[in-house]
Amino acid sequence: MDSAFDRIADIIAETGGVPREKITPESHVIDDLGIDSLDFLDIVFAIDKSFGIKVPVEAWTQEVNAGQAPPGQYFVMGNLVARIEELAAAKEGAGAKVAGG
Amino acid sequence: MRLEFFQMIDRVLAADAESLSAEARVPDASPVFEGHFPGYPLVPGVLLVETMAQASGFLLLRRSGFARMPFLASVREAKLRSFVGPGAALTVEARLVHEGSGYAVTAGRIEAGGKRVCDAELTLRVLDFPAPELEAAMRAQAERIGLDAAMAA
Repeated sequence: MDSAFDRIADIIAETGGVPREKITPESHVIDDLGIDSLDFLDIVFAIDKSFGIKVPVEAWTQEVNAGQAPPGQYFVMGNLVARIEELAAAKEGAGAKVAGG
Repeated sequence: MRLEFFQMIDRVLAADAESLSAEARVPDASPVFEGHFPGYPLVPGVLLVETMAQASGFLLLRRSGFARMPFLASVREAKLRSFVGPGAALTVEARLVHEGSGYAVTAGRIEAGGKRVCDAELTLRVLDFPAPELEAAMRAQAERIGLDAAMAA
């Protein structure tokens, strides 16, 4: 299976109309890739579906707006991928707990 | 339906946490038909999309207990399959596809006489009410169309 980075980069390329080769771990999704808020919504929907998670965009945005987190923590590709991997792992862990009784 | 007031839903027929079904009767006369089209009145396709969006919006309003307001953000794969004219009795359906953080995706569909006339996938941003008047108006609209009664049934 493709890495999480490849899966997310493919989603952004397809949904946001960004050349795939332009997307690197250092790319800022909004500043560098030019993704606007509506495209970002579609991207989050595609990520939610692909990974079976609910990306907490509102909480992230609130943290950034309140100065509690730098924008790069969530919106630079490498960090975004890491956050999504954490969410997917947390979901798998929760599923395993349920499955294990 | 009161097209010129954007009141597209007449009455909620059934609703649960994931879906909503409502009826909407196209009026026999409306200023909208004077322009769309002279001598051949049709409900504009954008108003059919709006009708699906409103059904979706009421579904989401009820899900959140009227805590937040859904705003239409995108329309995908809208298909307007049949003409809809004055007097048509429509059944409008909205089904939750996905609830994300600050947005939701729904599948909308309208039927007339058991025949599908349009469908689309809609994305709605879900935001805090920007004005108390809007929340009050949405609650009043929901009461008008029997949303709570349908949910309780």
